[in-house]
Amino acid sequence: MKPSSLSHSVSEKIIETFIHLSAAVSIVGLVLIFIFIGKESLPVFTSPEIRREASLSKIFLPQSPEPGEEKVFRWQPVSVVPKYSLLPLVVGTLKATAVALLFAIPLALAAALFTSEFAPSWLREWVKPVIELLAGIPSVVMGFFALIVMATYVQELFGLDFRLNAISAGIALGLAVVPVVYTMAEDALSAVPQSYREGSIALGATPWQTAWRVVLPAAFPGIFAACILGLGRAIGETMIVLMASGNAAVSSWSPTDPFRSLSATIAAEMGEVVRGSTHYHVLFFIGVLLFLFTFFINYLGQLFVERLRQKLSGTDK
Amino acid sequence: MTPPPALQEMLRVEALSVKTKNATLLDRVSLNVREREILSIIGPAGSGKTTFLRCLNRLIDLEGGLSVSGKVLLGEQDVFDDAVDLAALRRRIGMVFALPTPLPLSIRDNLRLGLRFQKSSGPGTLEERIETCLRAASLWDEVKDRLGESAQKLSGGQQQRLCLARTLMVRPEILLLDEPCSGLDPISTAQIEEALQSLKDQMPVVLVTNNVKQASRTSDRTAFFLQGELVELDDTGRLFTAPRDPRTADYVSGRFG
Amino acid sequence: MNRRWIDLFSRLFTLLTALACFSLVAGVALILGDVVLNGLKHLSWEFVSTAPKTGMTEGGIFPALFGTVFLVLLMTVAVVPLGVSTAIYLQEYAPAGSRWVKLIRMAIQNLAGVPAIVFGLFGLGFFVDFVGKGIDRFFFDGALTFGQPAILWASLTLALLTLPTVVVATEETLRVVPRSHREVAYSLGATRWQMVRRVVLPQAVNGILTGTILAVSRGAGEVAPILFTGAAYYLPYLPTHLNQQFMVLNYHVYVMATQSPDVDATLPLLYSTVLVLLMLTFALNFAAIIIRSRLRRRLKAGR
Repeated sequence: MKPSSLSHSVSEKIIETFIHLSAAVSIVGLVLIFIFIGKESLPVFTSPEIRREASLSKIFLPQSPEPGEEKVFRWQPVSVVPKYSLLPLVVGTLKATAVALLFAIPLALAAALFTSEFAPSWLREWVKPVIELLAGIPSVVMGFFALIVMATYVQELFGLDFRLNAISAGIALGLAVVPVVYTMAEDALSAVPQSYREGSIALGATPWQTAWRVVLPAAFPGIFAACILGLGRAIGETMIVLMASGNAAVSSWSPTDPFRSLSATIAAEMGEVVRGSTHYHVLFFIGVLLFLFTFFINYLGQLFVERLRQKLSGTDK
Repeated sequence: MTPPPALQEMLRVEALSVKTKNATLLDRVSLNVREREILSIIGPAGSGKTTFLRCLNRLIDLEGGLSVSGKVLLGEQDVFDDAVDLAALRRRIGMVFALPTPLPLSIRDNLRLGLRFQKSSGPGTLEERIETCLRAASLWDEVKDRLGESAQKLSGGQQQRLCLARTLMVRPEILLLDEPCSGLDPISTAQIEEALQSLKDQMPVVLVTNNVKQASRTSDRTAFFLQGELVELDDTGRLFTAPRDPRTADYVSGRFG
Repeated sequence: MNRRWIDLFSRLFTLLTALACFSLVAGVALILGDVVLNGLKHLSWEFVSTAPKTGMTEGGIFPALFGTVFLVLLMTVAVVPLGVSTAIYLQEYAPAGSRWVKLIRMAIQNLAGVPAIVFGLFGLGFFVDFVGKGIDRFFFDGALTFGQPAILWASLTLALLTLPTVVVATEETLRVVPRSHREVAYSLGATRWQMVRRVVLPQAVNGILTGTILAVSRGAGEVAPILFTGAAYYLPYLPTHLNQQFMVLNYHVYVMATQSPDVDATLPLLYSTVLVLLMLTFALNFAAIIIRSRLRRRLKAGR
């Protein structure tokens, strides 16, 4: 190599080393997440003392609070006989998620249809960023709004017994889910080639028929992915639920009761828990459940996005 | 009519083959490029012309899943030697692509790009060099007053001539062109062909083209590729008037392709 | 069905979608309007420049504001070089078809959807308990120094949370740069880094900036990851060392909203705090939007 290009290549070597190193650090860091969350939850499976209080059967099956009493599901980690049944938390999570999705998906999809199919372009340029602004509102602000403002109105509107319940928390959660579903669905709809629409209109269909019978089915994988990712967001969201749910660990499916979710439980209890205690490890176990579930959901979503791409680019088999 | 023996061979290709897992893109092609000539490579789409060209400066490396065998010698340098300095090698071999590819920079910065990749830029000031190269690509008069403007505002033909000039800026020893006129109008095509004629005395030109007429009017020798095989290589006049292989005859007379 | 009915139905459904769209817009307006109207009342220079007093029913939010800026800066410093370099590696250096690279890319994309609270758990288990305690054992003879919740660990946890977003956004902008541009650079004798530096990065820089700012603003809004890695309920001092705890706006909102001794007295302050938090995150979002629209205009002009 010529001496003149030597210093050139030395600085280049340094930069390239940095790039490789950064990539290694990132990848190792991300792998560590799998390892460490898993490691801290492992005692639930391996340690005999912890399994005495919280084995898998104790976590998932009903237990008698006192010998002889009826078997129930109960989450009561701080008590003389700690109870670690996750069922009330799972019920709470699913309840809030269901309300959120019932609220968010129809609204977000209809809005996406409107902006991509019916709205004139100037209106679209305005509406889209405004709805996407929802994504920029921190979840703690949404939780604050649900807790301070919305809860009162919702209670009065439906005449509910509890101020904090799965309806108002679910709606706030839904508002956080809306931008996720809306943005992805809008992208999927816009990706449908114009020729599809022209073909349909040429056959005499109305714009609505075109949107419903032609564009929506063509974009279906993307729409489905949008809903799935919305589900993932709703399951994992913490602060909104923590603030607006009332945090009562009761196994009630009624949307008008207060509830407590998996994620909010971690947030509320991890701060005061003794390191290495059963409670500590069970909270990590909840983390593993959330992790695996959302990871899987995301994977599924990505598969469908990929399918949409193949479908629209014509490489579909 | 044999070429005068004084003409030296600049580039020698020996039994060059390129294979994917289940297809042969290039099958034992051997040919040489002499100084002061324009060598055309013609053939229907998919006959391996572009693959061949991309082997010469090892752009083929960018595509995965290919196995390359055979030898390419640029002067004394074995192009496929593992120890070769790729950047230095590619500086010696200029290439112009099928579609004009001006980068989103000013005209001047497009021209300077190649120089930024090397430490010493050689003799002459930058401005002199820019003028020489633009003149060689017959673009100077059209852009001399607006070198600071975006290159992407030029017309297609101008863009392609800019790309030619950009390649010349690094002073290559040999020039490869991959269907450089495929998207251009007849006037731009003529301008580029004219530029090539005056360039060939400084560096040999390998011109891949799907336009048989272009090959016949510009080149000294012509090679005909078919399905990865070099069917025939001869002086352009002879190849077009008295091809030895019936497939060549069919192709140049327009019976297929 | 007769044609007139079809038309009528079509109109009706179209109208319904419009209604959905505008109710969402109205929802956004309602939330923002409520926060702005109520928040402005108590917002003053004094409010943003003094510390909270008498159980957060009086005084300002300066320590929380300070902590937020400090935290976000630290996080940005950690995540931007790391994320951008990782994306450059994956897109430009890693072997393109390799199964490993695909696996890594998939893992990173999916991590972008993992809940923030899970990252909080990781920050506690890894940074505080493993790395922090480890540092204490080796450098401080076991004295509690880094093995506790601290601004360093909180910012690193947030950095890890935003890392997937930065990597994905950067990779997307790098992918937009046409292959032909890369080939031009190589054919002119560029090494790989020269190609990246002179051809790819100049075209991608705006996109990278937009993606990064959006990721940072998302990270700045998250509370869950910092709950157990460093955020403090109340501190009489400002954090000056990396191993100290800190107050931060979003956690402050949570604390005031849920644990205030006197809700009515706290409420005006709470509204103003929310307003300040919103202004900060929206400022970041607007910066991203402006850069993006400038980028679009430039791309249009370039064609």
